[in-house]
Amino acid sequence: MLKQISAVTLMNLQNIPSRLGTSLVIVIGIAGVVGVLISVLAMAVGFSKALDNTGRPDRAIVMRGGSTSELGSTISRDNALTILDAPGVRKNADGKPIGTGDVILIVDLPQKGSDSGVNVTLRGVGPQGFEARPEIKLIAGRMFQPAVRELIVGKSAQAQFKGLEIGSQLALRDSEWTVVGVFESGGDAHESEILGDAETVMSAYRRNLFQSVTVLLDNVAAFDTFKDALTTNPTLSVDVKREPDYYAGLSKTLKTILFFVAYVVGGIMAVGALFGSLNTMYSAVSARSVEIATLRALGFGATPVVISVFVEALLLALIGGVIGAALAWVFFNGNAANTLSGNFTQIVFHLTIGPNIMLLGIVWAAAIGMIGSLFPAIRAARLPIAVVLRAG
Amino acid sequence: MKYLPLVWSGLWRKRTRTLFTLLSIMIAFLLFGMLQGTNAAFSRGVEGANVNRLVTVSRISFTESLPYADLAQIEALPGVDRVAFASWFGAYYQDPKQFVFSFPVDAERYFNLFPEFKLPKEQLDAWVHTKSGAVIGVELAKKYGWKIGDRVPLHSTIWTKPDGTSDWSFDIVGIYDDPNDRSQANAFFFNHDYFDEGRSFSKGTVGWYIERIKDPTAAAADGAAIDHLFLNSSDETKTQTEKEFNQSFLKQLGDINFIVTSILGAVFFTLLFLTGNTMMQSLRERVPELAVLKTLGFTDGGVLALILAECLVLCVISALIGLGIAALAFPAMKDVIGVVSLPVSVIELGIGVAVLLALVTGLPPAWRAMRLNIVDALAGR
Repeated sequence: MLKQISAVTLMNLQNIPSRLGTSLVIVIGIAGVVGVLISVLAMAVGFSKALDNTGRPDRAIVMRGGSTSELGSTISRDNALTILDAPGVRKNADGKPIGTGDVILIVDLPQKGSDSGVNVTLRGVGPQGFEARPEIKLIAGRMFQPAVRELIVGKSAQAQFKGLEIGSQLALRDSEWTVVGVFESGGDAHESEILGDAETVMSAYRRNLFQSVTVLLDNVAAFDTFKDALTTNPTLSVDVKREPDYYAGLSKTLKTILFFVAYVVGGIMAVGALFGSLNTMYSAVSARSVEIATLRALGFGATPVVISVFVEALLLALIGGVIGAALAWVFFNGNAANTLSGNFTQIVFHLTIGPNIMLLGIVWAAAIGMIGSLFPAIRAARLPIAVVLRAG
Repeated sequence: MKYLPLVWSGLWRKRTRTLFTLLSIMIAFLLFGMLQGTNAAFSRGVEGANVNRLVTVSRISFTESLPYADLAQIEALPGVDRVAFASWFGAYYQDPKQFVFSFPVDAERYFNLFPEFKLPKEQLDAWVHTKSGAVIGVELAKKYGWKIGDRVPLHSTIWTKPDGTSDWSFDIVGIYDDPNDRSQANAFFFNHDYFDEGRSFSKGTVGWYIERIKDPTAAAADGAAIDHLFLNSSDETKTQTEKEFNQSFLKQLGDINFIVTSILGAVFFTLLFLTGNTMMQSLRERVPELAVLKTLGFTDGGVLALILAECLVLCVISALIGLGIAALAFPAMKDVIGVVSLPVSVIELGIGVAVLLALVTGLPPAWRAMRLNIVDALAGR
C-alpha cells in the first residue's frame, strides 16, 4: 500500500511541470493570502508590542480620577507630593521617593517623508524620573541639564520625525530648545517621545500642573497598599493603575481593529484562494483522468490516487505559503510605522513578523490546500474507469 | 445582442470552472468594495470640506488653547467674513467606551458658519436662550434615544469644575441633521458661556477658531494674514484651509490609503492570474469549436469580440455580485468603521476595474482565437 502511494504520488508530482500554468494559480493565490495576512498581523503585533513593553508591574501611574489618558489629566503640585510620599513607594539611598511628576505636552513636528505635522509627546520628568525608569538609557550625546532648555529624544522618534538630530534647535512656545542626547528604552512607547526637565518645561509653557505621577513601588504586591492609601485620602481624587494595565488600555482599540482587519480580510481572501485551488485541482484531476483510470485498471486502489491529489495540493499550497511569508518578511519585517495612540500622540512601532505569525500563515496555506483538494480528490477516486478509458 | 445566448453558453461550457472563477472574482470585488469603501468614507471628510472656511489652531499643537480675545482681531481683518470657535470637551456618557464628540461653541456663530447643519430656527433660538442647552446630531440622538427636553449628564475627561468633579449636565433643546453626510450628525454642541463659567481652569480661552473668508481664492493670503496678527505673541497660530486641516488629521492615523492599495494590489494580481489562466484553459479546449465558427462565416474580429464578451460578462457579473454583498455588509460594519453606506463612487470605480480586468485577461486568448487558422485548428495541429 505504502509503495503504491509513494509511486503514484511521485509520478504525479513529476508531472506538475506539464501543468505549470494551472498549478501556479494555487501558488500565487495562496502566496497572496498569506502575504496579506502576515503583513497586517505584523502591524497588530508590532503595535501591541510597543505598548505592552511599556511599564512594569511594580510601577504605578496616577492620574486624575476619570481621565482616560495622561493628556486629559491634571495633578497639582500638592497632590503630587502627597502621592510620592504615600506608603508602598520605593525610596532611594538618599531616602527620597523614587517617582516622577510628569508634564505632558504635544509638539507638532513634521514626519519624515512627508511634510504634514504630527503630534509628538514632549514629556517633562522630575529629578527622580530616570531612577524610576531605569530602562531609559542614553545611546548618544548627553543628558539634559535642569533649568537649561535642553531635550533628549527617543530613538524611534528621531528616526521617524524631522529635526531631532543632536544639536538641532526646536522652537517650543517662544523659546529655542536644543536636542542634546538620544535614548533607547527597549522599543517601548517612551522611545517615541521627547524628554526634558519637568520644571523647565512647565516654566516655558507657564503651567503649574502635572499630568501624571509615576512611582516605583517597593514590590509588585505593594500596589494594593499604595492604591488604598491614595483612594482613601480625602484630599485626592485620582485613579491608580499598574503601568502595564494603563498601556494595555491605550492599545486596546487599535489592536482590536488591526486583528479584525487581518482575520476578516485574510479570511475573505482565503475563501477566494480556495475557489482558485478547487479550480486548479479539478482541472489537474481531469488532465490526469486517463492516467488515473489506467492505474485503477492495473489494480491500484482508490486511496493512493486520493492521497496523490492531496499531496499535490498541499505541496503547491505550502510553496505558496512560504513565498507569501517570505515576501512579507522581506518587505515589511522591522519597518517602522507610526500612528495615533490613545494619548492623541504618535507612537512609533515596528512591524514584527515572528516565527508564530509565520507558522500561522503556513497553517492557513496548508488548510486552504487541504480543503481545496478535498472534492477534486473524491472525484478522482470515483472516476468511472471504463468510461474514461474509452473516451481517452 | 443576438449573440448573447452564444456568449452565455460558451461561458457555461464547463460549469464548475466558470462557477469557481465567478466566485473568486466576486470575493475580490467584495474586498474591493469593503476596503475602498472604508477608505473613501475616511477621506470624505476631506472632500466634503468647505473651500471658504479656514481653521486656526495654536502653532504649538492643536491641543493648546488660544485666547478668546483673538476673536475680535481676526474678525476685523478685511478678508474675513465671520468667525466661530469651538473647544474639545472630550466627554463620555456613563461609560468611557461611550465617547461623545462634544464641543462648547457660540450657538449663533457656529451654526452660521456651518450651513450644512440643518437646525430649525425656533430650536436655535431656544438654544441661545437656554444657558445649559445643547444641540445634538440626529445620529447621536438615535444612538442613545435622546429627545428634546431630556437632561443629559456627560463626564469630561479634561474639564473639571471648581468643586473637583467633572460631571456636567445639559438640557437638549435641538436636534440638527446633515442630510449630505450623516456621519457628521454625531456631534454634541453646547454653549461656550456655560462651559467657560463652569470650568476651573483655562478660562477665557477657546480650542480653535473657524473663519469664513470672502474670497476662497485668497485663502492662502487670508490665512497668512491671520497668523501674522499673532506673530511673536505667546500664542502663535497656524491657519489652514478646512481641507488641509482634515487631511493632516487623517495623516496622523497613518497611511490608510497605502495599506488599502497594497492589499487590493495583492488581491488583484492574484485574480489577474487566476482569471487569465481560466480563459486560456477554456480557449485551448475550444479551438476546434472556434474553427467551426470561423468556417460558418464568423470573421476574425467577430471571434475576438466573442471571447472578449464572454470575459466581460463573467467579470462584470461577478463584480456586481461582489459589490452588492459589500453594500449589504456595510450597515453591519457601521459600529467598527462608523460609516453608514457604500459610496456610489466606489461602485462605479469597481465596475470600471471589472471592465479593465476583463480586457487584460481576455485579450491574450481572444487574440489567439482571432489568429486561429481554420485548417490547422480543425486538423488539431
